[in-house]
Amino acid sequence: MTTVPAVPRTPRPVPGSPREYHFPRFERRTLANDMRLVVAHVPKLPLATVVVLIDAGAVCDAEGAEGTAQLTAKMLLEGTESLDGAELAEQFERLGASIDSNADWDAAAVTMTTLVEHLSDAFDLLRDVLLQPAFRVREIERLKAERLAELLQMRAEPRGLADELFTKILYTPESRYARLEDGDEGSVESIDRQAIVDFYRARYVAGGTTVVVAGDVTADRAEELVSRAFGKWEGRPAERVAADTRPARRDRAVHLVVKPDAPQSELRIGQVGIPRNHPDFFPVNVMNALLGGLFNSRINLNLREEHAYTYGAFSGFEWRRQAGPFMIHTAVKSDITDAAARETLHEVDRIRSEAVTPDELSLATSYLTGVFPIRFETTTAIAAALSVLALHGLPEDYYDRYRDNVASITSEKVLTAAQRYLDPSAFQMLVVGDPTIVRGPLEAMRFGPIILYDAQGKPL
Amino acid sequence: MQFRMMRIPIETFRLQNGLFVSLSEDHTAPIVAVNLWYHVGSANEPPGRTGFAHLFEHMLFQGSADVQANEHFELVQRAGGTLNGSTWLERTNYFETLPSNQLELALWLEANRMGALLPAMTQQKLDTQRDVVKNERRWSMDNQPYGSWLEKLPALCFPADHPFHHSLMGSMEDLTAASLEDVGQFFATFYTPDNAVLSIAGDFDPNEARRLIERHFGPIPRGGRKPALPDMSLPTVFGQWKREVVPDDVMLPRLFLAFRSPAFGTQAYYPASVCGAILGLRNGSRLKRRLVREREVAADTTAFTFDLAKGSDLLVVDVTARPGVPAEQLEQEVAFEIDALVRDGVSDAEVERAVALIQTMFVSSMQEAGERADKLSLFATYFGDPNRLNEEVDRYRAVTTEQVNGFIRERLGENNRASLVYVAREDAPGELVGSGAALEAR
Repeated sequence: MTTVPAVPRTPRPVPGSPREYHFPRFERRTLANDMRLVVAHVPKLPLATVVVLIDAGAVCDAEGAEGTAQLTAKMLLEGTESLDGAELAEQFERLGASIDSNADWDAAAVTMTTLVEHLSDAFDLLRDVLLQPAFRVREIERLKAERLAELLQMRAEPRGLADELFTKILYTPESRYARLEDGDEGSVESIDRQAIVDFYRARYVAGGTTVVVAGDVTADRAEELVSRAFGKWEGRPAERVAADTRPARRDRAVHLVVKPDAPQSELRIGQVGIPRNHPDFFPVNVMNALLGGLFNSRINLNLREEHAYTYGAFSGFEWRRQAGPFMIHTAVKSDITDAAARETLHEVDRIRSEAVTPDELSLATSYLTGVFPIRFETTTAIAAALSVLALHGLPEDYYDRYRDNVASITSEKVLTAAQRYLDPSAFQMLVVGDPTIVRGPLEAMRFGPIILYDAQGKPL
Repeated sequence: MQFRMMRIPIETFRLQNGLFVSLSEDHTAPIVAVNLWYHVGSANEPPGRTGFAHLFEHMLFQGSADVQANEHFELVQRAGGTLNGSTWLERTNYFETLPSNQLELALWLEANRMGALLPAMTQQKLDTQRDVVKNERRWSMDNQPYGSWLEKLPALCFPADHPFHHSLMGSMEDLTAASLEDVGQFFATFYTPDNAVLSIAGDFDPNEARRLIERHFGPIPRGGRKPALPDMSLPTVFGQWKREVVPDDVMLPRLFLAFRSPAFGTQAYYPASVCGAILGLRNGSRLKRRLVREREVAADTTAFTFDLAKGSDLLVVDVTARPGVPAEQLEQEVAFEIDALVRDGVSDAEVERAVALIQTMFVSSMQEAGERADKLSLFATYFGDPNRLNEEVDRYRAVTTEQVNGFIRERLGENNRASLVYVAREDAPGELVGSGAALEAR
């Protein structure tokens, strides 16, 4: 120990009582054309965030045409009938408005944040983005080429590659979830303008759309803006598409993606999880926080702070309308890949076999309840939270009851959740790494058969 | 409708021991952010001691006299707070956002590690965190395509004896050689109240906060003399076109083109920052339009400044090639656009677009208590004036097209460019690798 002079210390403080907080009040309305509107009036700063949420996510992609949902969403900002893509971007940005469009598994979303003084002008542009996209062939071909560039990059980037391939190997090959969210080289290549126009016509309809507005805007003002922009939009909702969530295999396996000379192994372990609106969402969420969700979770303390195997190790459920993956992820020095996997599995066994102590439980519950107000400081975060409600059909009072629901979780419920939703006998392990170093030790673990893949995800 | 000018209330004071404090009240939510900047970064590391500032970012979570290892994280998260720290060339920061009734916890934790870290430091903690940092290095640099850019670009752009030249994460050798004694010395020198600023934003009572700050930080003694940084000033331009080619495990060539630019926060910085936004901020930016949209040679582009407040800053254009576009062509295409900029300048419309976006982004970021506290600390650390926060938008709005064009003429010419070019290993042309400035960088 270093010699140091006596140091000044003060006693550990005791907190006062917390001030009350409630999630921002919001109003739900339905327009004459069946479009839904959700408005949270948050007047703190002269800003507003608008999210247009369309039932046009990647699960709607036709087989062989994966990537159509994402290309269609991206193409909305690549030009309208009156403005080309560059002009459109410039018009939004001269208002200072940021705008992005994107499709995830469940929905397409156009998200815009602007100062309220420009909101009316920005809505005029937003109307054309949604109702009069031009889908110019040149821009479609450019976005396809950009997706191909992204895929090339992904194949060389171990982290992203591990995440994408893990999802892919988890689900039955018939499932949309077993194919890349934004499509692969072959599927993207096959998408032409007609496919995008057809997808747009079928799925971008007023009846399947929710507009969320959060910021310095009253519900009446928001309705006026949305009605003016989208009142003439028509269409009944298209059929809801549900992904097949059957797992690819019942037994365990090690999926080893070959990356010669990799200085680290990217390690993924997990299985098919549960859907977002599952009744056991709260116990599962608390259980995961303790297992690998928090910095002081068991997995991170074990792998990082006790063994110094890694810079960080975490676990999480990816929340989708259907059961998304549960995944433990870390990156470790190649020569201890097996040891890191063993410690990880040990922590899973431990949380499944003995109840967490009240003290440990309260780490998760007090964190999740205490951090609640901090999650909703911005108009973007509030709009996103309201989008989650709309997307997953969660109850109106979901956020008002959130903290009580977390606080009601007991050690027994955590144990039950771990036993019910973590099944190590069905776990898949994926490693992106150097087989000359990791293969032998992984075989010696006897976790399951080892299957080798190239960076395309093709078995070797 | 008129844009309502946002004014963030700010009050400041200084403790006897030199700790500078900024307070900014806002009671819209029961949230409070505590943010501490130490005016020490990798620039303060003497030769042979590289990586110490960043290693400390790890050691400061390993407990202090009254806090166990990792208990800092546990106490803050148990209180419902978020926390982290970060290291940069000129500063290191530590921050928590918590429910407002937990303000004192954050102050106590920060004071305890400022005043009483060393008694809790052990060889074992040092060894563990050194290994964690080595893993961080493998993760963020060695096993990440282009991951070494943050080390290679400053090395290329700053002379070998300049404090910004060496690696922020440090060399593995220096980290391995670090003794407990060395590390303790570094801490005792730089992690003192007179070398720190504390900012609090959010839901608190200013009188109460003042009392708590006095109580917890007041007893910590002022530090001794700190080794002064050498003169950081440099000529306004590189004086040449520097170049380094890096063969890496990448699929697409990528160019980082840097320009020496005016130091962060100076009068001349704002036109440079606006120029960066014109070039690379969002989809309507010039490089997106020309290189991605029209000429289809780039898959992606962006531009940014390092925001270095001492001597000079760097403006960086970052462009990734489209598949099939070789590195040489990418570099030529980017140079062609920069040459056009030098020749023709930018338009009023481009300046308006950039300033409008910057303004919205700024107002948007001010929604978060943590972001307000961080910016107060930034302006307090570099300029002793957190009130600069309330001038930011005006400083950007005052930038004229002529000022931006003046910056471009002065700084974007061929005598002030540094190209860091990543190429796939097998594509690396032998005669380019390790030539010119690359040797200087090793």
